[in-house]
Amino acid sequence: MSTSPRFFASGPSPLARLFLYALLSVFLMIADKHTDHVSELRRVIGLVVSPLQKLAYAPFQLYDELEQYFANLSLIEEIAQLRQTHLRNRYKLYQLHALTVENQHLHALLGATEQSQFRTVLAEIMSTPRNPFNRKIILNKGSSSDIREGHIVIDNLGVIGQVTKVYPLTAEVTLITDKGHTVPVRIARNAINTVISGAGRNNELELQFFSVNTDIQLGDLLVTSGIGGVYPSGLPVGRVTLIEHDKSMQFAHIICTPVAGVDRHRYVLVLVDLPPGITQPAEISDSHANQTNQQQNIPSR
Amino acid sequence: MPIKPTSNKTFHHGDLLEQELQLSASRPLIYLSLVAALMLNLMVSDNIILLVRPDFVALTILYWSIHQPRQSGMSLAFVSGIIMDAVNTSIMGQHALVYCLITFFALLFYRRLRMFSVFRQIPAILWILLLAQIIQLLIGTLTGTYSPDWRILLTSVSGGLLWSFVAIMLTSLRKQEIDPDEL
Repeated sequence: MSTSPRFFASGPSPLARLFLYALLSVFLMIADKHTDHVSELRRVIGLVVSPLQKLAYAPFQLYDELEQYFANLSLIEEIAQLRQTHLRNRYKLYQLHALTVENQHLHALLGATEQSQFRTVLAEIMSTPRNPFNRKIILNKGSSSDIREGHIVIDNLGVIGQVTKVYPLTAEVTLITDKGHTVPVRIARNAINTVISGAGRNNELELQFFSVNTDIQLGDLLVTSGIGGVYPSGLPVGRVTLIEHDKSMQFAHIICTPVAGVDRHRYVLVLVDLPPGITQPAEISDSHANQTNQQQNIPSR
Repeated sequence: MPIKPTSNKTFHHGDLLEQELQLSASRPLIYLSLVAALMLNLMVSDNIILLVRPDFVALTILYWSIHQPRQSGMSLAFVSGIIMDAVNTSIMGQHALVYCLITFFALLFYRRLRMFSVFRQIPAILWILLLAQIIQLLIGTLTGTYSPDWRILLTSVSGGLLWSFVAIMLTSLRKQEIDPDEL
């Protein structure tokens, strides 16, 4: 400001500028919603900002490391405990092994295709996004670790969600509790196939389109059915916690709680090497929804 | 925005303009403070804290638009918004639009706002932040990224409460930059 300052507004008026930028924003939103070009921009910005993000997390990381150090002090006790569990699990493992062999044999007899084994990538939850109403998390591994869109993310208890956006060093995971996210499941007790969808609320899943006379009970475990091919079968998803029969409604209102620590865990496994040709999670769940509708004699829309 | 020329106010106004010239912060300071605010925004990932954590980038933009309306314009707000959208998982343009709106209100009222002390600015700031957050909630709901929940407005309240803190800190930084020997 070496020249004499101008006290009166320069350039277009604030209202005009607001209008211009609002128009630009709306254009961006529409572009982001309907095309893939904007996500390129998002990727670039994400890459540039990621060192900042790391720096912002540094204090917490230090705290974690300190905690780890003190945890190490009680390591001897823990080892003894782990030996015991190891011994106990050993027996179960032998049993499981026998079952696997038997199962393979039976599958071969049936002529069924062998279930493919998935390679897994261990990833750390870097952040949940800066909004508690948005059910997405970000992992610290990305396309450089072979993670692709559509890959499944699990923890030691069950399914957490699905990778929806991949950046070179990070990946964004939509949780199964996200509104509009659907997973093909079956009831473990009686193998009824259905789809479960996120309720958009914390720790809640919804079973829709279940007629009131379906055999479902409180505490029923829901596991992935493997139908559609995106989710491998047999992964625990949720447990039924509420069944409401409303006389005026054709369908029962069923709420489930996810078994996996959707909001609690730091480390997760990403199942990579999905069967080829399946990348669009939305299409699969849609077609699967139709399928279940037909099964239950519900006229599809 | 015409200013009603009551004798008392014109005196103050001239005084403040002079002050503004003395205290015009350099662009690096504005950018640095925005980066720091972005880092503060990135720091927390716990859901409970996130419920009440104010949007520091919004507060910083608001501060610079009130105190340095010529150096920090709507373009800066727009770019900051785009960056926030990228690191957040919201739809591109959502924060950008909201930050531009905040800047617009700041540009409308900055002359009046500057007459108050940072504490007496709180109600006005609170209204601006609330309005911005409501727009944010609307966009989020329409595009399907947020589920409608009134608790989202809590962050504007905490933002209003933290405003004086942010304002005092940025002002002292500004003063320090202008006159490094002062402290």
